[in-house]
Amino acid sequence: MTSTKIALPTEHCETCPAYAQLEQMGIKIGDFDRVVALAGNPNTGKSTLFNALTGLKQHTGNWPGKTVTRAEGGYQFNGVKYKLVDLPGTYSLLSASQDEEVARDFILFGQPDCTIVVTDATALERNLNLVMQVLEITDKVVVAVNLMDEARRKGLEVDTRSLSRDLGVPAVPLSARTGEGIATLLSTVAEVIEGKITTQPLRVEGTPEFQKAVRELVPMIEQLAPGIPNARWLAIRLLDGDARVQKTLLSGELSEIVARQRTSDVQFSRKMSVEGRQ
Amino acid sequence: METTIRPEDVLNRAETLRNNLSSGFRDEVVKSLYSEAERIARRAVKTAAQKKYDLDQKIDRLVTSPLTGLPIMLGLLAIVIWLTVSGANVVSEMIAALLFGFGDWARSIFVSLNVPWWITGFLWDGVYRGLAWVVSVMLPPMAIFFPAFTILEDLGYLPRVAFNLDWLFKKAGAHGKQALTMTMGFGCNAAGVIATRVIDSPRERLIAILTNNFVPCNGRFPTLIMLATVFVAAGFGGFTSSIIAAATVVGVVLIGIAFTFLMSWLLSRTLLKGEASAFTLELPPYRRPNIARILYTSLIDRTIFVLWRAMQTAAPAGALIWVLANVPVGTSNLAAVIASWLNPFGLLLGLDGVILLSYIIAIPANEIVVPTMMMMYTGAGMMIDAPSSAEAIRSLLVGQHGWTLLTAINLMLFALLHNPCATTILTIYKETKSLKWATISVVITLGTAILVTFLTATIARLVGWV
Repeated sequence: MTSTKIALPTEHCETCPAYAQLEQMGIKIGDFDRVVALAGNPNTGKSTLFNALTGLKQHTGNWPGKTVTRAEGGYQFNGVKYKLVDLPGTYSLLSASQDEEVARDFILFGQPDCTIVVTDATALERNLNLVMQVLEITDKVVVAVNLMDEARRKGLEVDTRSLSRDLGVPAVPLSARTGEGIATLLSTVAEVIEGKITTQPLRVEGTPEFQKAVRELVPMIEQLAPGIPNARWLAIRLLDGDARVQKTLLSGELSEIVARQRTSDVQFSRKMSVEGRQ
Repeated sequence: METTIRPEDVLNRAETLRNNLSSGFRDEVVKSLYSEAERIARRAVKTAAQKKYDLDQKIDRLVTSPLTGLPIMLGLLAIVIWLTVSGANVVSEMIAALLFGFGDWARSIFVSLNVPWWITGFLWDGVYRGLAWVVSVMLPPMAIFFPAFTILEDLGYLPRVAFNLDWLFKKAGAHGKQALTMTMGFGCNAAGVIATRVIDSPRERLIAILTNNFVPCNGRFPTLIMLATVFVAAGFGGFTSSIIAAATVVGVVLIGIAFTFLMSWLLSRTLLKGEASAFTLELPPYRRPNIARILYTSLIDRTIFVLWRAMQTAAPAGALIWVLANVPVGTSNLAAVIASWLNPFGLLLGLDGVILLSYIIAIPANEIVVPTMMMMYTGAGMMIDAPSSAEAIRSLLVGQHGWTLLTAINLMLFALLHNPCATTILTIYKETKSLKWATISVVITLGTAILVTFLTATIARLVGWV
């Protein structure tokens, strides 16, 4: 696949960093500088955004659950090479089905430099539950409020500024199908990664005694599985009595899951997205 | 010095800490999470004056109503299949005439250049004819069916199908989302098997995997379409003929869906005992399909991909058939000997020895059974012109090889029910990580195919139909 340069429409003003070029890199992601994950509820347009950014042809469909595997592609923006990981949709991080587990494991243990949570502007409240769960585990989050065109048709108006303020992370309006808002999204992602935008994610912390219990468990988990990201999340799950997390810990699968997130799924993604086996 | 910590220690500590916390501490957190989400959303979203009516809701009331939902679904299925049947017929004959014409011309050049007979035969009667049959039989139906199917998918119709069929799956002890994976199977059974990941209960996921093959995939549709057109709809005029052929294919698809339910029901009462679990499924808004993208993905990605895979099997299969037909055994040849040896069993199933041999040769990609069979019947290397029109095919099979309507119907049933193709079996193995379930998937489907064709053949003979 040849890479194509796409001149993005200039939004806002000519001085903003969005006045740059996006280069779709398809599956040529041998060396990349940053990893960006696409998370979100099912059928919010993650794969559509993935295709727009990478130039790949990951199959999309208008039904929740179309993407069941992790697809990877690349794009270059302002000279920085990004690996983009398209994840199956998930309603929560406590999920049970195989496809949702793929998403959850990557968000938790894949250590992306930034996670874009794609939300449906027409069903924002429900989508925010996942956003807030993701905010509990990482600071590097950009909320993409997708399907803005559909929301407008339905007579809905979404104030992304109010959303950004409340969530403590940037929220960007988007219509992945038409390409509207993509430039702003990419520059926001870049700024969050570089630390030009500092985020203060909204967190529901719980009672002080709960916090104390979490603080006690975290070092134990880190000692058990050195180098594990999100020991805090695991501690919360353990305090919650999550049987699946207990099982994972007992069987020693944890380090395996963490290791698996680092191996590239490129071969598989090429099959899924280029040959189109879905 | 650091003491090593065991997982049990962490779990025990967590247990103690949990017991010390005031009960319902986590509920509080979850509750505040939800109320926070509600508060934030209310602040950010402004709703303009409600529109008087919502078109989506109106359509949904019709499409998912208990009264009109199923008929609409059947109607859409019939329309897609009719479009495929009537469009593919004309194009198939044109492509066949073109490809076989070219083959004969190339062959005659080889002959006039005095190329050894076995090179000419192997290349043009073997490999080339195998490819020509596969392209002419499979390409046109796929090129029509895939885009039509994808348009429905992109519109957002699939979740509505799941909604309509939920009660049936529930009765069968299966998961309602199996409707989605079953529908994906129409495109490709291997993709359907991968799609079962959306089903969270392992038991119900296995049921969906094991029964996915009962819906004919795109590779098998052409077989059904050809048999329905050439045999069932034979003797009717143009338009009527295409309606009857389409109705036959719809009938076969419905039989396949009936077997999906029957087998799911049997499995959930024997090997995979259990009750259907509850689930939620969003009905997404209808969206206007992006026609350019659909044409691209369905033609370039899917059609060419599936066709290419079929061709990779068809070329060696064609070569193998030519060799078998040209290895002399006494006064006969190897192909004829094997076919006549398989014949009694074939007849028992209302088929014949040639069909069974073709099926065995085509095991790597069993959607090429019909092309393989046609090569056998035309007797590779025996200088018979390849029949390209429906008329010619019928007179060859009925006139020279004793086919009846029962043969055609049983071959359709056999193609519908028999074991998954090699790719799908491999996918089942990868998804279940179990040799046992991969084997069971073959045994169940092949067993059903043999049993059903045996029964129809026996009944047809008992009532004196053939």
